[in-house]
Amino acid sequence: MTITRRRFLRTLGGTLASAALAVTIPLQVFAKRSDEAFLSGSLEEAINAKYGSLPIEDSGQIQIKAPQIAENGAFVPVTISTDIPGATSISIFAEANFSPLVASFDVLPRMHPDVSLRIRMAKTSDITVLVRAGDKLYRATREVKVTIGGCGG
Amino acid sequence: MKVKAVAKGDAVSVKMLIKHPMEMGRRKDAEGNLIPAHYITEVTVKYNGEIVFHSELGPGVSMDPYLAFTFDGAKAGESISLSWMDNKGQSERVDAIIGGT
Repeated sequence: MTITRRRFLRTLGGTLASAALAVTIPLQVFAKRSDEAFLSGSLEEAINAKYGSLPIEDSGQIQIKAPQIAENGAFVPVTISTDIPGATSISIFAEANFSPLVASFDVLPRMHPDVSLRIRMAKTSDITVLVRAGDKLYRATREVKVTIGGCGG
Repeated sequence: MKVKAVAKGDAVSVKMLIKHPMEMGRRKDAEGNLIPAHYITEVTVKYNGEIVFHSELGPGVSMDPYLAFTFDGAKAGESISLSWMDNKGQSERVDAIIGGT
């Protein structure tokens, strides 16, 4: 197979086009993500970046299931559920972590407001869960004692 | 990604386990060099083209993330489509058939 000028240019064009595409797609996706909230170094900053300055009220209608003592902070199983009507978003924060916001879930119409995941905890601290309903935030906290921190050196 | 979706009545419980290092960007390797952050940023699940689950994750989620949730209105034998994307632009998409009890 000989490399003609035309074939060379066509291949080059195709490569450039796919390279451009690979660069564009992630940027568009990142734009709508709450990156600032995930990078915030304190609980208050993270809450502000995620939800703005909505009023926060403590609630007994949020259930946090987590071990009282977690031997390994690298894998702390957590289940969160709520019966607050009209909940649209659930976020989970580990206060002592370098970046407290761990994960955030949209509560979509078909979805039950009930999620489970495993999180990292740097050391003993409160897990804070915020649920958004309308223009209000509802809060519940639960302490987890961590024997070995899960965020490495 | 391993997925288990089981229908019980009108509700489908979905459990997923994603193989991923979830590097938080603060650990050092044996030579003392910082290991760059590499973690899943977004997980989405669709049923019939409709998004039924959407979450944003940070590096505080454990290595090989496990996520579980429940949604209404699907039956055994139907399928769901699960996908994730990470901070390096890598992604994976998996279709799973909903099982019965």
